[in-house]
Amino acid sequence: MSLRIVVCVKYVPDATGDRRFAEDTTTDRESVDGLLSELDEYAVEQSLRIAEASGDAEVTVLTVGPDDAKDALRKALSMGADKAVHVNDDDIHGTDAIGTSAILAKAIEETGYDLVVCGMASTDGTGAIVPALLAERLGVPGATLLDEVTVADGKVTGRREGDAASESVEAALPAVVSVTDRSGEARYPSFKGIMAAKKKPVQSLDLDDLGIEADEVGLAGAWTKVADVTARPPRTKGEIVTDEGEGGKQLAAFLAAQKFI
Amino acid sequence: MSEILVLVDHVDGAVRKPTLELLTLARRLGEPSAVLLGGGDATADLAAKLGEYGAAKVYAADAPEFADYLVVPKVDAMEQVAKTASPAAVLVTASGEGKEVAARLALRLGSGVITDAVDVEAGEGGPVATQSVFAASFTVKSQVTKGVPVITVKPNATSPEPAAAAGAVEAVSVSFSEAATGVKVTARSPKVSSGRPELTEAAIVVSGGRGVGAADGFKVVEELADSLGAAVGASRAAVDAGWYPHSNQVGQTGKTVSPQLYIANGISGAIQHRAGMQTSKTVVAVNKDEEAPIFELVDFGVVGDLFQVLPQLTEEIKTRKG
Repeated sequence: MSLRIVVCVKYVPDATGDRRFAEDTTTDRESVDGLLSELDEYAVEQSLRIAEASGDAEVTVLTVGPDDAKDALRKALSMGADKAVHVNDDDIHGTDAIGTSAILAKAIEETGYDLVVCGMASTDGTGAIVPALLAERLGVPGATLLDEVTVADGKVTGRREGDAASESVEAALPAVVSVTDRSGEARYPSFKGIMAAKKKPVQSLDLDDLGIEADEVGLAGAWTKVADVTARPPRTKGEIVTDEGEGGKQLAAFLAAQKFI
Repeated sequence: MSEILVLVDHVDGAVRKPTLELLTLARRLGEPSAVLLGGGDATADLAAKLGEYGAAKVYAADAPEFADYLVVPKVDAMEQVAKTASPAAVLVTASGEGKEVAARLALRLGSGVITDAVDVEAGEGGPVATQSVFAASFTVKSQVTKGVPVITVKPNATSPEPAAAAGAVEAVSVSFSEAATGVKVTARSPKVSSGRPELTEAAIVVSGGRGVGAADGFKVVEELADSLGAAVGASRAAVDAGWYPHSNQVGQTGKTVSPQLYIANGISGAIQHRAGMQTSKTVVAVNKDEEAPIFELVDFGVVGDLFQVLPQLTEEIKTRKG
C-alpha cells in the first residue's frame, strides 16, 4: 500500500508587510497579502523527497484557513503535492492553537495517513506547538524539529539539533514529524508544476464534515483570551556617529555609560 | 499560598539560567515548586540551587526514559505532578522541547497554553502573560481562560533573583504512558562548546552579517564578543553564505534573542533579522551604509568600517576592564 503523507501548511500574512491586528484582536488578514508560510515550504519539500524516495506515495497538502488560504494549497500543489484538503468555515475565525490542532487532527484522520509532516513553526504566530499537539491528539509518536528525515521499513528516522547535543531519533509509523529550515532548500514550482496544479483535486471540508461543533473552536471556543494589544512605540532613533578614527572609542564610551563595561 | 509549578531545565548537573528566571517570575504568582526530571546524582545539588531561588518544594523523578525518549516522558511526569499538586499555574522555558511539553500537558489537563511570554504578572482571574509579536511590532497581553494556565516564557524575561526557600525534595515515581516510548533517541553527540554563553540565554549578543564579508571576518566579531563575555550571532545572509553555523542564526527562521545588549555588525536590518532581535533592550550597530535600516532602531550607531571600529572597541573594552 502506498505511503500516505499529509503535509500541514498555513496561509500567513507576508512577514515583509505591515502586519497588524483586526479589531477583534485576531490577525488582520485583509491589509497584508497572504502566502504559504515560508517555514512550511520546507515541510512540503521534505514530504516530496520522502515520497520520491519511497516510489509509491501520495502527498496530501492540508490547511485550515479562509478562502484565500487556497493560494497556499495551490503553491504546494505546484511544487508537486498530489492533492489538497481545505478546511474552511466561518466559525473557525479566531481559533487558537489548541483548537486548530483539533480541526487538523480530525481532517488528518478523515484523509488517512501514515506520516504527517509539519513545518517547525508558522511565521505569524511562531508558537511551534501544533506538531506536538497533533501527535498528542492522534496518539502517535511526534518526532519534531528534525534537520534530516528519512522514511524506510515502516519507520521514520531523523536528526535534531538540541541546545546541548545533536540527537538521532527513531519512531514507528504512523507518526508526526516537524522539519526545520535546515532540512533542505525548498524547490521552486516549475511551469509544468504550476499548470499541473490547476487540475489537481482540492477537497473542501467544513466543521460539520469533521463532526466538530462550532463552539469548540473560534474566538469563543479558545482556551486563551487576548486582553490587550498595543503597537510597540517605534524605537526612538539614537545617536549616530560617523567613524573618523575614534568610532570604536565612542562606542565604548556609550557602552560604559550604559554600564555594559 | 497557591503553588506554581516550574519545569526545571538542567544540563551537566547545573540548573540553566532560564529556570532561575522562571522561579523569579513564579514568586509573583504564588509559591514556586520545581519539577526536576532526570537529575540523577546531581539531584541534591540541583535542588539546593532551586531552593536558593525560591523553590519551596522540588518534585524529583528519575528514570532512563527522560533521556532516552523525546518529550512525552516529561509530559507524563508533569501531568502526574500537576494532578496531585493542583497548581495555580505551570511555567516552562520556551525552548523547542519546553514548548512541546507545555502544549501536550495543557491538552491533557484541558488547559489553555500561552507560548513565548516575555513577561508574566499576577492578574485578576490568573496570570497575565505578555508576548511580543509580528517581529516585535506589537505587544499582546493574554490570559488562559480554561484550566490551569500553562505558560512558556522566553529566556531573559527577567533577571534571576535569589530568595531562599526550603527546596525540599519530594521523590516522585512516574508511571509512564504507552506513548512515552514513541520516539527513541538512538544516539546523542554532545556539542563542542564554544566556551561562549548560549545564544538565547546570553545577556549580550554580538552579531555579524553580510558586511563581515567572509568566514575569516567573524574573527573580529568573536573577539569583541569575548571581550564582553557575549554570545555570537549571525544574520541569515552570513549563514547562507556559509560564514557561520546555522545554530547561531538570529532572525525569523533562526533564533529569537532578547538580550540586554545587541551589537549588530555589518547587518542591514531587514525585517527577517529584526524579527529575531527587536526585543533586545539596548541595540547598537556598526555599518558602512548610513542608510541601513538597522540605524532606525539603534540606541547608538557608528557609520564606519567594522574592521576598523570593532578592533578599536575591543581594545578599549579590554583597557577599561583592566
